[in-house]
Amino acid sequence: MIRFEGVHKWFGKLHVLNNINLHVRAGEVVVVCGPSGSGKSTLIRTINDLEPINEGKLIVDGMDLSEKKTDINKLRAEIGFVFQQFNLYPHLSVLKNITLAPMKIRNKTRKEAEEKALALLERVGLSEKRDAYPTQLSGGQQQRVAIARGLAMDPKIMLFDEPTSALDPEMIGEVLQVMKDLALSGMTMIVVSHEMGFAREVSHRIIFMDFGTILEEAPPEEFFKNPKHDRAKQFLKQILSPMH
Amino acid sequence: MIGGLDFSVVSDNLSYFFIGRYPKGPLGGVGLTLYLAVVSLALSFIGGLVLGLMSVSRNRLLRFGSSTVIQTIRGMPLLMVIFWMFFLLPAMLGSGMTASWTIIVALTLFTSAYMSEIVRAGIVGIPKGQTEAAISTGLSHGQAMFYIILPQALRNMIPSFVNQFVSMIKDTSLAFIVGVTELTQIATQINNRTMLYPTEIFIFIAVIYFVICFAFTELSRWLERRLAYRKAI
Ligand SMILES: Nc1ncnc2c1ncn2[C@@H]1O[C@H](COP(=O)(O)OP(=O)(O)O)[C@@H](O)[C@H]1O
Ligand SMILES: [Mg+2]
Repeated sequence: MIRFEGVHKWFGKLHVLNNINLHVRAGEVVVVCGPSGSGKSTLIRTINDLEPINEGKLIVDGMDLSEKKTDINKLRAEIGFVFQQFNLYPHLSVLKNITLAPMKIRNKTRKEAEEKALALLERVGLSEKRDAYPTQLSGGQQQRVAIARGLAMDPKIMLFDEPTSALDPEMIGEVLQVMKDLALSGMTMIVVSHEMGFAREVSHRIIFMDFGTILEEAPPEEFFKNPKHDRAKQFLKQILSPMH
Repeated sequence: MIGGLDFSVVSDNLSYFFIGRYPKGPLGGVGLTLYLAVVSLALSFIGGLVLGLMSVSRNRLLRFGSSTVIQTIRGMPLLMVIFWMFFLLPAMLGSGMTASWTIIVALTLFTSAYMSEIVRAGIVGIPKGQTEAAISTGLSHGQAMFYIILPQALRNMIPSFVNQFVSMIKDTSLAFIVGVTELTQIATQINNRTMLYPTEIFIFIAVIYFVICFAFTELSRWLERRLAYRKAI
């Protein structure tokens, strides 16, 4: 479904992605973790070309992102992206946030799009908020709407960039629950997150990034029980310590 | 008589102040001032939007074109733009150009340049995450601009727009130098005719300009409130 082959990316002199090789199969749930600044966001942002790659090959859903003639908008329509800061459209109601893209891109009628949106709102537990505006919602509610907005396009892949990092602790659970349900429904997901409980429960694979490289790649049991690299051990100790 | 002033010169010429020789002759006075302002306002809104969008375009040529126009106009006094148009437009377009339209073109050009800066700042001021969210759902950059960025940016721009429009209403008074019979020209005419009441006449038109500008400002406040995002309860 997603294949990185020797991918490099630079921000000026900064080598943010250094020889990334990664293959994510359909239906797989992959959690990406690692220290701040290690390139996790950049990695998942290359998948829908929010950050273009500089070198190597990146194939997503059969489309080659290094090819000029690839229709990027078409590719993006197949990939849902959930941001740390939610990024809901503040001037549109919850319902319109969700129906905009299906109506403009999939040419759905308002009725079809709204029916689908309402079903998704039900799924994320926010049916009663259909006419609310984003500023009237809590962070956890906004993030669940953002997930519904991504799902409205019937994506083949869902990408999450630290979806719970901007949330108050008491709201993290409700968002993770929606993501767990989604994972169990068979969605292909890549999740940048330090929520190790989520990783342990539903992910198939954990990827540990450091300085722009994939340092470690293992099923969760293995990753938690005996991480191979010192950096990963250090990181796990920090993240799992009672201080967190 | 108010405080030794005699406003009968105003009341005697009231209809001339407000509509000129209309309906027997052309519209003038306050009516023409408003006409010039509203038409130029509508046109410079479009002009400002076009120049502003060009200036944030991903196409270098468009960016260069808009910045050339904007910098050139911003380097000129409005009075000079009016003179240029007064002599240039008839030469270019023949004599079909009325003095009023000359003023409209000059005001539109001048105000568009300033409006485009407001538009540009408004667009740039919307967080990058909004565009990213929009294009991530598959919308093109143009669609993201049209459905997501501009609607938010335009709301934020309302106060600056109104500022610009209020200065434009006052700038229409410059039309009197090319013989357009808007409010200031009419006041000058009446003053030249009667010779006795300049204070009364110019107090009166000052009040009129003030009332128009005040009304526009209030209108914008009302509009701002109506369009404010629904705030948390
Ligand atoms: N647009 C950008 N321009 C320049 N440097 C950037 C940009 N985005 C990220 N970086 C830098 O690239 C590195 C990796 O960033 P990022 O992928 O956001 O890391 P992470 O998500 O793991 O914290 C960081 O050092 C960051 O400062
Ligand atoms: Mg990040």
